[in-house]
Amino acid sequence: MTLDVYVSIFMTVVIAATPILIAALGELVVEKSGVLNLGVEGMMLCGAVAGFSIATTTGATSGGYLAGAAAGAALSMVFALLVLSLSANQVATGLALTIFGTGVSSLTGRPFVGKTVQRLGPLFPHPLSDHPLLRALFGYDAIVYLSLVLTVAVAWFLAASRPGLVLRAVGEGDAAAHAIGHPVIRVRYAAIAFGGALAGLAGAYYSLAVTPMWADRLTAGRGWIALALVVFAAWRPWRLLAGAYLFGAVMTLELQSKAAGVGFVPPEFLAMLPYLATVVVLTLIALRGAGGQRAPACLGKAFRAGG
Amino acid sequence: MTIAFDRRRFLAATAGAASLPLLGRALQAADPLKVGFIYVGPIGDFGWTHAHEMARQKMQSELGDAVKTSYVENVPEGPDAERVLRQLAQGGNKLIFATSFGFMNAAVKAAKQFPKVKFEHATGYKRGPNLATYNARFYHGRAVCGTIAGMMSKSGVGGYLASFPIPEVVMGINTFTLAAQKVNPKFKVRVLWLSTWYDPAKEADGAKALLDQGCDIISQHTDSPAALQACQERGAFGFGQASDMSSVAPKAQLTAIMDNWAPYYTMRAKEAIAGTWKTGNTWWGLKEGLTQMAPYGAMVPDNVRKAADATKNAIIAGTLNPITGPVKDNKGVERLKPGVGITDAELEKMDWYVEGVQS
Repeated sequence: MTLDVYVSIFMTVVIAATPILIAALGELVVEKSGVLNLGVEGMMLCGAVAGFSIATTTGATSGGYLAGAAAGAALSMVFALLVLSLSANQVATGLALTIFGTGVSSLTGRPFVGKTVQRLGPLFPHPLSDHPLLRALFGYDAIVYLSLVLTVAVAWFLAASRPGLVLRAVGEGDAAAHAIGHPVIRVRYAAIAFGGALAGLAGAYYSLAVTPMWADRLTAGRGWIALALVVFAAWRPWRLLAGAYLFGAVMTLELQSKAAGVGFVPPEFLAMLPYLATVVVLTLIALRGAGGQRAPACLGKAFRAGG
Repeated sequence: MTIAFDRRRFLAATAGAASLPLLGRALQAADPLKVGFIYVGPIGDFGWTHAHEMARQKMQSELGDAVKTSYVENVPEGPDAERVLRQLAQGGNKLIFATSFGFMNAAVKAAKQFPKVKFEHATGYKRGPNLATYNARFYHGRAVCGTIAGMMSKSGVGGYLASFPIPEVVMGINTFTLAAQKVNPKFKVRVLWLSTWYDPAKEADGAKALLDQGCDIISQHTDSPAALQACQERGAFGFGQASDMSSVAPKAQLTAIMDNWAPYYTMRAKEAIAGTWKTGNTWWGLKEGLTQMAPYGAMVPDNVRKAADATKNAIIAGTLNPITGPVKDNKGVERLKPGVGITDAELEKMDWYVEGVQS
């Protein structure tokens, strides 16, 4: 294989990892606030269809990304209303959100089947973005770099900012946070909206960049991979970044090794690796217990002031 | 369709000319044949299910008030399918099409429970007095694609995105390879099994992997146009699957194998109305129009078009069996002696690959 092929494989890995990273970052913030939103797949699909429809009707691909994020955030507010204001069960509501999002995207996407849209061009100028070697670093659209910036921003926000501290407090001990005067419900609303916007953005990346088209169930379960990734990363942004690229690499290498006909590892084994790794990490977390490795203490529990 | 609408049509027909045939037709219109469909995927998949849905609509518009059709999409293959089939039968559907291989056992059970309802199962092999099977000879189209690939590939290596190793897919791979080798005897095909019928991102990445490994033309037996888009992005060529996908990848699609189920659906519905419906196994291809080729892309040169047309016309005329000996499999075993064409029975259980296939 030539160097060119390695560069091309590397770029495929980055493209595969980017939307998973974005969706998982959003979910990480949501879960850090103590809420489990299993509706990532549904929000991604709505983001995908909203992004694609806006991009094809207006011709502005960047507008499509904004619309995707807005659609994801809007759908997440339905979830937030149910689980925060009405204290509905988070697991059931999240699953319902995925089913609902799948249906809504299928219905609204019907007129857009069989169309395509112009991708966003590379962010960096011509000599860098199509250099045979440097394109591995500079050959991507703005969303890829945005995903990296978002990782830094989320890591900083959670670790070093005051609102991030409040968010974590709400996720670890909602009653205590409430007692010292933090608005638990409002913080969670904001976290869910952020998670929804990122899920929508990730979905739009599928319909506008990975496969620039709309077809029913376009994301084909990537939302669930994003959810697994949050657990895999033990709720840490930097590990999330590594995990997303690992998942992307495994998904790509599975296909590449099959296409090359090399059989040192059965491709079926590679295909199950991300899930196997998640199970292993979960087991390790359960064995080790405390020490910052565990899930936010209030994850999935409803909060009632004074309750 | 409301009662008022029927009555108006009935009155118009009788008032216009009170002849018996017309009256008969009008009465029939008041009591249409209910036809049900179950689909494995979403009708917006732009592939397999989309093609069945297009055929349903075409049948509905051709037969008008004589039929009333309905469909259920996204039916999982398995026990759920049986429930949906039962519901359709209980809902008064007299003719029910189950449009995926995995609905087979569900269709067999439902057909036993509802002996008066006529069932039709696509791509299966289990039949009964009220359960017919039907399929299209898609491999006919693979031969046309193979001819084009053999002539247009520069590397002499074609990529093939495949779903599952069932005879339907295997015969497509073999036909494609043999047709390409007729033009370029050294032509090789790399098969990439995706273990899914539909996963756009995976199909796109699979196509990229094949292109990275030296293939320059991609054929697919998965349902979305994502692979073609990946070809277009890389300046490579490919073939559309089930629908004309040129709107999504105009610079990449050389042609497409299109499913056109409408002639069969219309014929069977007419037979059911007339009372002449019989069980059986129908396997139509290019000749009957169940398999069709999309227009050639602008990049296909004239000599290639002529060669592809020649393959197509020979199959339609019945002078060419696309899998004719001498054929060796990719382990070196002779499978067909010179001049011997493959039989339908052999095709239906095909589980070996011709020489030059790497899977």
